Amino acid sequence: MSLATRNAVLDPANYAEGTVLDLAGPLVDGGVILLDEVVAARAPWSAVVSLGDILTIVDVGGNQSGDCLLYNAQDTDERYSVPDTIAWSGNVYVRTGTVLRSNQGNPLATVVANEIDRQDTIGGACGKESNTLRYGHHTAAEHGCRENFLAEAAKYGMGARDIVSNLNWFMNVPIEADGTLGIVDGISGPGKRVAFRAEMDILVLVSNCPQMNNPCNDFNPTPLRMIVTEGAA
Amino acid sequence: MAKVASEHETETVALARADARAQGGRVADAMPYLPASSTPYPPPGVEPGALTWAETVAGGNYTHKVVARGTRIRLEDVTGQACAHVLLYNALEPWERLNVADTVKIGWQAYLTTGHPLLSGDGRVLATIVDDDSGRHDALCGTSTAAANRAKYGDSAPQGPSPSGRELFILAAAKHGLAPRDLPPSVSFFKGVGVKPDGGLEFTGSAGPGKAVELVAELPLIVLIANVPHPVDPSPAYTCGPLRVHAWRSAPTTPADPGRDATPEAHRALLNTADYLAARGL
Repeated sequence: MSLATRNAVLDPANYAEGTVLDLAGPLVDGGVILLDEVVAARAPWSAVVSLGDILTIVDVGGNQSGDCLLYNAQDTDERYSVPDTIAWSGNVYVRTGTVLRSNQGNPLATVVANEIDRQDTIGGACGKESNTLRYGHHTAAEHGCRENFLAEAAKYGMGARDIVSNLNWFMNVPIEADGTLGIVDGISGPGKRVAFRAEMDILVLVSNCPQMNNPCNDFNPTPLRMIVTEGAA
Repeated sequence: MAKVASEHETETVALARADARAQGGRVADAMPYLPASSTPYPPPGVEPGALTWAETVAGGNYTHKVVARGTRIRLEDVTGQACAHVLLYNALEPWERLNVADTVKIGWQAYLTTGHPLLSGDGRVLATIVDDDSGRHDALCGTSTAAANRAKYGDSAPQGPSPSGRELFILAAAKHGLAPRDLPPSVSFFKGVGVKPDGGLEFTGSAGPGKAVELVAELPLIVLIANVPHPVDPSPAYTCGPLRVHAWRSAPTTPADPGRDATPEAHRALLNTADYLAARGL
């Protein structure tokens, strides 16, 4: 993005009153920075992260859901799988040490550091159509994560068949004893981070969630910072 | 029954043809029943002439069918050891398919039972769960993979002793022109999984033999079913019992149906489904 755009994206005056933006930095020590980009509020993003390299995602404005899909960069038929990640780890929440697995059961990435209690992989993505169920048909004009995923996936020759259930960095979805679940107020904050190491060359798609009808973005979509650092040789 | 070469006379085409034809009409423990009305196990209260699908699926095997909107599908766990992994697609536009995340999130409920709509990612209902006396189902753990079954049982191949659900789904999907990329996370019936306060999984297993769950197709559907052990079943043995599948002509849910339209989310999903069908002239 241009310097003017970046300045606008990082100007708290462009967000809800009282917004604090904290760009933080890589969550892992050392390592040459290979990529460092700011994703504007509501925008999609993608990059290939090579085997061994580490992606830090910074929740710049706090409680900003970063919807995320991972693909084997050499064969996108192999992609992130919510159920395989849950079944192999034995836990529905994603934390430090969680192996993010593919639909073939293989490790795509491992969470190596995490500054909030738990990350979500149950809540899926919002979308233009699903918003009509969740909030009413008056929301049908609103942009959603599914649209971000479709737009970004199209750059790699992928489409609706390739969009599956995803991760939601910095989103909070508790499951209660009777199975009741839902998106509630976040447990992140400005400058909080998560970092994961690629266990193969992975294509990472991110939707900086545009949702304005539930607390997944504090009703105030803000930027994300994406930093790729070189892994230990 | 044992099948060995000494039981067959097949030296000539005529003998081989007679030998092949002599095999017709035999009965196996797991098989489809055609016509469906000939099933030895008609569901209670269902007129056999209304049946459109009748089959027993062995543990470690799979089945698939395209069904009309309004079809009622009954899955029965005969021995208490089946686990029916299910994927659903809009048969008219199969890139519209089951979305488990939307199904649990929009339903505000992780544990599936009667009344829960099974949603696509396109804001519509593919099917509604309309009856359930098991209550032990799972929308979190998906099905098994080659990697998991090799690690757990030593083999995962469809032709081997412990097929994985994903490999069976790949075959079922291929028979409808669908590829491995078309396999999203699936749901499973008859083996329960609970979530503990720390997020840990608790396998609650089967509710016992003879339990059944029934779905109504709200759109024309491609239905894929793999009957394999649940991926977090702690048993080291590959144990999976027969699954009985019956389907018959019934009625789809209409908006304002009191039993299946209990929430505003289900109501709008049914409205979206009706809107889609009306525009297509269906």
